[in-house]
Amino acid sequence: MIVFNNIAKSFQGKEVLKGISGTMEKGKCNLIIGSSGTGKSVLLKCIVGLVSPDEGKVLYDDRDFTNSDRKRQTEIRREIGMLFQGSALFDSKNVEENVLFPLDVLTKMSPEEKLDRVNFCLDRVGLQNVNKKMPSEISGGMKKRVGIARAIVNKPNYLFCDEPNSGLDPQTSMVIDELIKEITDEYQMTTTIVTHDMNSVIEIGEKVMFLYKGLKLWDGTNNEITNSGVKELDDFVFANRMMKEFR
Amino acid sequence: MKSIGKFFIFTGQLFVRRESFTTYISLILDECIKVGYNSLFIVTIVSVFMGAVTTIQTAYNLVSPFIPDYVISLVVRDMTILELSPTIIAIVYAGKVGSNIAGELGTMRITEQIDALEVMGINSTSYLVLPKVVASMIMYPMLVVLSAFLTIYGGYLTSLATGIISGFDYIYGIRYEFIEFNIAFALIKAFVFAMIVALISAFKGYYTTGGALEVGKSSTAAVTSSCIGILLADYLLAQLLLG
Repeated sequence: MIVFNNIAKSFQGKEVLKGISGTMEKGKCNLIIGSSGTGKSVLLKCIVGLVSPDEGKVLYDDRDFTNSDRKRQTEIRREIGMLFQGSALFDSKNVEENVLFPLDVLTKMSPEEKLDRVNFCLDRVGLQNVNKKMPSEISGGMKKRVGIARAIVNKPNYLFCDEPNSGLDPQTSMVIDELIKEITDEYQMTTTIVTHDMNSVIEIGEKVMFLYKGLKLWDGTNNEITNSGVKELDDFVFANRMMKEFR
Repeated sequence: MKSIGKFFIFTGQLFVRRESFTTYISLILDECIKVGYNSLFIVTIVSVFMGAVTTIQTAYNLVSPFIPDYVISLVVRDMTILELSPTIIAIVYAGKVGSNIAGELGTMRITEQIDALEVMGINSTSYLVLPKVVASMIMYPMLVVLSAFLTIYGGYLTSLATGIISGFDYIYGIRYEFIEFNIAFALIKAFVFAMIVALISAFKGYYTTGGALEVGKSSTAAVTSSCIGILLADYLLAQLLLG
């Protein structure tokens, strides 16, 4: 479980996060949603430590991450897997080397064990016979899958996904969402997903947090989201015509 | 001042939370190929022509019948070892390797590859930059030695081809009153310039923000700043070691 208390962050005097608190539960897909520019990605970066919050702290299973020294932070980070918005695969490495990378650097497994684990993870995300392909040779959806395989190869306790569906068609988005959900259930990870895709919210949003202008305005489940009574959330949820008709 | 402070903090980060020794060995070997082997062509071309032109221009300026011919090759030798090979090749090296380092790291930054390393608990500065700096400090002095040889050899070929000076006089001048310390001085300069180019370029690339346009700007800034750093260090080293 990840708990964050009163996270605040400003950039050049502009308040991006205004004291956000919340909990990301174990074995669930925890979604952070909101319009563009509301601070979702900044909050995610504060949680994983890529950005230092001005105030507040983050606890990973009661371990203080924000106020720990670099060594302790590194220990916690080695339990984290992250899928980036643009996949962030290493251009100079092929698919297999990308997934192998965390094992190579962070573990003392034998080469055979590492390769078995890589093939298992690639298989798990539905990728076969692409081991030797370069990232530039595969599609956006495949890159996301490779990104997921790389994120889970080291058996993390915490999985973070930054806009996992950006740039993908609706069908592929659904496949990626299902994959993340399955992996979360299977490994009982604490999964945190930043998104503004309402399909993801409906499909996998077991726990949803809504951000608006740097504030947390609502949290609940995907079943409760349509009856939140929060105007800003309603505007977000029922933004498109299909959702309006559904309403 | 803020940038200078940031640069020193960045340099300090190279030596903390390092990965295993074996990880660095393979990275350094890869970088040696990138910064050294891949620079051979440009260093060869520049050096040979530099030697040829220096020989012709020196001969053009030394027209007095009281100055023996071998002085031409003596001047070419000292200019090559003291200045041309370490410094001019460093400028070329900054243009090729420095822009490459800044571009590579800048692209890694804007595509979140550096963030990916950090999230994995890897010190991205140490993992990405230290091998480049070490490889640069290994390979650049070798390039300088090669360049010095090729520059002097280029001058020799030119003297034979044009008849400005006989081959015998050229070799005599090369060996005349040779000062061994000049080689040590050239190598000291090479080590310092290699470090300057790798560190400044990596710094510029590592802190790139924005998109493709900014990566281009970082590469340009890396070359400009490296050249200024090289020239300043050149002056300081000359003053300290020869002054």
